[in-house]
Amino acid sequence: MFNASLKQLSDQLAEKKISSTELTTEFLKRIKQLNSEYNAFITVNEEMSLDQARSADQMIAAGQASALTGIPIAQKDIFCAKGWLTTCGSKMLSNFVSPYDAGVIERFNQVGAINIGKTNMDEFAMGSSNETSYYGLVKNPWDLSAVPGGSSGGAASAVAARLAPGATGTDTGGSIRQPAALCGISGIKPTYGLVSRYGMIAFASSLDQGGPMARSAEDLALMLNVMVGFDPRDSTSLQRKVEDYARDLQKPLSGLRIGLPKEYFAEGMSKDVECAIEKALDEYRKLGAETVEISLPNASLSIPVYYVLAPAEASSNLSRFDGVRYGHRAKSYSDLGDMYRKSRAEGFGPEVKRRILIGTYVLSHGYYDAYYIKAQKLRRLIAQDFTQAYQQCDIIMGPTTPTVAFNLGEKSGDPIQMYLSDIYTSAANLTGLPAMSIPVGFGNKNRPVGLHIIGNYFMEAQMLNVAHQYQQVTDWHLKSPV
Amino acid sequence: MQWEIVIGLEVHAQLSTRSKIFSGASTAYGAAPNTQACVIDLALPGVLPVLNKGAVERAIKLGLAVGAKINSPSIFARKNYFYPDLPKGYQISQFELPVVQGGSIRIQVNGIEKEIRLTRAHLEEDAGKSLHEDFHGMSGIDLNRAGTPLLEIVSEPDMRSSTEAVTYAKTLHSLVRWIGICDGNMQEGSFRCDANVSVRPLGSEKLGTRCEIKNLNSFRFLEKAIDFEARRQIEIIEEGGTIRQETRLYDANKDETRTMRTKEDANDYRYFPDPDLLPLEIPSMWIDQLKATLPELPEARRSRYISEFGLSAYDAGVLTSTRELADYFESTVKQLPAQAKLCANWIMGEISGQLNKEGIEITDCPVASIQLAALIARISDGTISGKAAKIVFESLWQGELNQDVDAIIETKGLKQISDGGAIEKLVDEVLAANAQQVADYRNGKEKAFNSLIGQIMKATQGKANPAHVNAILKKKLGG
Repeated sequence: MFNASLKQLSDQLAEKKISSTELTTEFLKRIKQLNSEYNAFITVNEEMSLDQARSADQMIAAGQASALTGIPIAQKDIFCAKGWLTTCGSKMLSNFVSPYDAGVIERFNQVGAINIGKTNMDEFAMGSSNETSYYGLVKNPWDLSAVPGGSSGGAASAVAARLAPGATGTDTGGSIRQPAALCGISGIKPTYGLVSRYGMIAFASSLDQGGPMARSAEDLALMLNVMVGFDPRDSTSLQRKVEDYARDLQKPLSGLRIGLPKEYFAEGMSKDVECAIEKALDEYRKLGAETVEISLPNASLSIPVYYVLAPAEASSNLSRFDGVRYGHRAKSYSDLGDMYRKSRAEGFGPEVKRRILIGTYVLSHGYYDAYYIKAQKLRRLIAQDFTQAYQQCDIIMGPTTPTVAFNLGEKSGDPIQMYLSDIYTSAANLTGLPAMSIPVGFGNKNRPVGLHIIGNYFMEAQMLNVAHQYQQVTDWHLKSPV
Repeated sequence: MQWEIVIGLEVHAQLSTRSKIFSGASTAYGAAPNTQACVIDLALPGVLPVLNKGAVERAIKLGLAVGAKINSPSIFARKNYFYPDLPKGYQISQFELPVVQGGSIRIQVNGIEKEIRLTRAHLEEDAGKSLHEDFHGMSGIDLNRAGTPLLEIVSEPDMRSSTEAVTYAKTLHSLVRWIGICDGNMQEGSFRCDANVSVRPLGSEKLGTRCEIKNLNSFRFLEKAIDFEARRQIEIIEEGGTIRQETRLYDANKDETRTMRTKEDANDYRYFPDPDLLPLEIPSMWIDQLKATLPELPEARRSRYISEFGLSAYDAGVLTSTRELADYFESTVKQLPAQAKLCANWIMGEISGQLNKEGIEITDCPVASIQLAALIARISDGTISGKAAKIVFESLWQGELNQDVDAIIETKGLKQISDGGAIEKLVDEVLAANAQQVADYRNGKEKAFNSLIGQIMKATQGKANPAHVNAILKKKLGG
């Protein structure tokens, strides 16, 4: 059962071979048994999950079921869920029980999916290893001494360890794709504006985008069908015709032009990763695709641009965590200023503080033009690179990360090295392009390698098709660490 | 040395939308604390702002009314600072590219017209309120007001006296109410002024260092605060000191301004475009639609009253001080197009006087314009005298006799005697009985004429049409 795909579980529920209550009970049991090993979940609430499962069974009985009805989904603890502790991985929100549902949570609830628990994450989604969480580090099921990636590390670990058939993540600079790659699962960050940000605790508003994490492209398509949709409560949400993201899964790939950015296939990518990526590309050529070399001359600026803009927005977004209305407040303080200082000094971890400081600095009087404005200009140049590249190809591929999962503690003392693990992924956030990662083999120490697929705007169905066709002829996505 | 005072005003006008600028919560005044603060106003984790279209429409209307440029796109920016009544830790405001840019407002001071240029008007959200009393040494926060839409209207430093500043503020106050974008209620804080004041030697081109006086919520305080501040600055300079740029508060009880914060401890607000809100596009079609809904503006009406009705500039100005008063005047004069001046006099005299006395607005005036017109018609057709008209008016105000003008005249016996024959008979009688005065008049004693008029009026209990009496008496005596 735990190895079954989301699609298979969905079929079994529809055929009434199993009830959602049974399925949910089994997953809850497994989480109870194994979570101490991975620390993938911050909160599990059996009662609330089972309540939902019973309602889902009623929906199924009443013939109102759709693909995700009754399916347990692990929710990243960045999504506000009514009645659930919603911590964002921070001490600051360690006492915050949300009184409302995020747009994404609402959409899962509407179709009768089960919230199986809230997953661990880097504090306020700031991190690439899940080591900044107030709730402790998460382990990579493939190798307990390796990081799962971040910030959606709990989600990736949970899906890889078969604690949930699917999970939600959020991706600001690679936070869905990087952990998906490091844990050997599939994950997609849709085009900016497709998934509602309402109730998704903001890190960097112009970059944040929610998306699904699962074991296969087909499962991602089913989840995306639920997650995507216009939300009038999010001004950046896009009003578009409803699509079935599974509609093109079976399309053959003959004639597909895959662009390979020469800047990504250069120094920086480790040999083991390169080897796995090359093999995957060979597979694509066998499937009828052709590869063309393209250039993204400004892509190398993604990390510096990202580390100006994301902290700038974050420094402002995190101002609301002041201990006045909710969240952590220092026990004793002498005056208002002291209350702010102590509450925030105690409530935030070092990485969050570092980014608030960077962001405050780049927005300061006298520095704004040199950093923020300059970064915005470069952001446009990076986007132009992609626009030009898509005149030569249909889709872009490369490695998701430069190396396989690193060891726990290996980079936590060196922020620059940590930031560089998002070197290939952050461009998609800066441009708003959809991007995904799928498992394509193993590298050093038998740790997974992810293939990065960047699509043009709104080409999610095509990307899922490209990923699915590969997964039809390979079995990397079926490999289990447990 | 002679000094010139230089004043610029920043007015915060609360826009009359029912819901807040970025949330659906109500803007109604006076609710129990925090009952009108939704998850968005409370800035819970994950919530997002959605712009209220009605607030934008009101801003555009002001822009159109002052002949300003409407920027498209217009950008919302975050103004970052920490304060307990600012739930997000930033205020959503506008920095570069406000909705309204430029424009001007004409004011009349002592019969002289002056143009005050506007720098800009931008949309922003209000903060909540900190309550420092009654919480046992703690402060309370009421977020009902948080997110209330404000239009900050910034003038150029074009005013040269507190009188000009107050006149500008009053003209703007009248305008925002006129075009229906703000209720103008100053007690409830719907219209608040900050004044930037500096002084310089008369004739100097260079602006002096300014101080900003915050939150003046009445025209009287605005005037007094500016006067105090200008005196303070002049004294400092004359004593050899220099002005420190700072923000000051006006204390109405002591009638003085005092330092609130200096430039040194001013915040660096770290403005940047709010990534939660897309640039606001304002298509010209939208502007055209709004233009079509704008009422005739006070300035246009003022000049029309002068040219169409022959009113003086002063009268036209008074009658257009509010849209309601102007509407009342127009609906009165519509029924008596030839008597515009008489209508104006009655509205500015009896009506306004009575309204002031009872402290009510023209919209609550117990005498409808149609009744006032009926009354004025009876004056102009000679049915009643001006003196009798005041009695009729009093009766109308009290709501007597179904407010039927003719019935009141009839019942109270106020009709003038305008019948030539009847008056002639009376004149003859009076002349016969006052032979001495007739003789005096004929001998050149002009005074005797008035005495005879008095006798005749007395005999008719004041009901004879004085014009007729005058003419007939002259004829008889001259004969």
